[in-house]
Amino acid sequence: MSYMFTVSPDFSPDRLSGWYIFNTWMQRQMGVDIHLELYDDFCAQRVATYSNKIDLIYANPFDAAMLVREKGFLPMVKPEGLLDEAVIAVSAESSISTMDDLTAKLKVAMTEDPDVNMIGMMLLESADLNDDNIEKSIFDSYILVAKSLLRGNDDVGVFLAGSYDDLSNMVKKQLRILLTSEIGEIHHSFLIGPKFADRREEIQNLLIGMNENEKGQGVLESLGFKSWEKVDDEEMEFMIDLMDTLSV
Amino acid sequence: MLEDMKAEDIVGEYKEVTLDLYKLGSRKILYTEIETPYPDGKLIVSTTNVEGVISHVNQAFIEMSGYAEEEVLGQPHSILRHPDMPPAAFKDLWDTVTSGKKWQGIVKNLRKDGGYYWVKATVIPNIRNGQVAGYTSVRRKPSATVVDESIKLYPTLF
Repeated sequence: MSYMFTVSPDFSPDRLSGWYIFNTWMQRQMGVDIHLELYDDFCAQRVATYSNKIDLIYANPFDAAMLVREKGFLPMVKPEGLLDEAVIAVSAESSISTMDDLTAKLKVAMTEDPDVNMIGMMLLESADLNDDNIEKSIFDSYILVAKSLLRGNDDVGVFLAGSYDDLSNMVKKQLRILLTSEIGEIHHSFLIGPKFADRREEIQNLLIGMNENEKGQGVLESLGFKSWEKVDDEEMEFMIDLMDTLSV
Repeated sequence: MLEDMKAEDIVGEYKEVTLDLYKLGSRKILYTEIETPYPDGKLIVSTTNVEGVISHVNQAFIEMSGYAEEEVLGQPHSILRHPDMPPAAFKDLWDTVTSGKKWQGIVKNLRKDGGYYWVKATVIPNIRNGQVAGYTSVRRKPSATVVDESIKLYPTLF
């Protein structure tokens, strides 16, 4: 029997090889075939998960909510200390200096990252901005969002905070952060599908113990993680409830 | 049962009023006109049991309410009830969430020091195994426009 594994498409391109290394590590530890399927965009990945093709997923909070509530997935672990926060940024030369300067008809650059956009829209809402009075441009990656700001095509960009940090220093020097969310409760999670629920605890323990040996530490490093931490059912349910409050 | 507010906790000139809180009896409220601005980007999060007794608060809750965590855990959520909030708003909240639906509104909350802060609040029932196990309340920064509307509207609802 083989597993199908996928990763939320919002990971940094620098981590691509890391996920393949991680997949090899998992196969050796678990003694099963695991196929890593990476999708180009959120929509393609969602189609695959809805078609019950996926058994293991490192999911963004938005998709994790759907997978747990609608598809019977179970949470296992989350990366230690990594939270999903959104950054609202402008070009360094922009005349916008605070959130109070934002007005209707604002041009907003964003990706299709669902939870980041949800948090980003929540931040913009306090300036009386919403889907009805802004112009959105959707890009395939955060570097393209940054480029749109630098070219002056959009006024503000919505970034995953971690992805903003991963932009090159040259790009970041030409941008300015207006606001960073401080939610502190929303994170990516590694989930297991219902077909393999009986192996949840075993895999969970393998992942939690990963940082206890040199090999495991090296694999974690290639993902940019320090260690995995356990996520229990109630923590996941709490996060989903919280996300639910932000979706309105 | 909620303890009366104490004069030694209050910062600045205050007014006094007695609120009749649903199922909790009366509470002496001391309140000032000092507003604490909502911090950009933060969420205030708390959970309660089905009776509205606080079981979890986050750091932003502590900072904005002025209470220490141990002072609010086990207390009714109406510890934040400001006298300028019309009772009808809270009746609507409870009617909505006890029927299993999400409630949203603009709320003026009372701080321990008698001051206040405006929030956009969303309350949802926590459904566990098909039953309401409690409620999660998430507060975020409201826009100046909706706060101004509420300042005009709420006095008309008493």
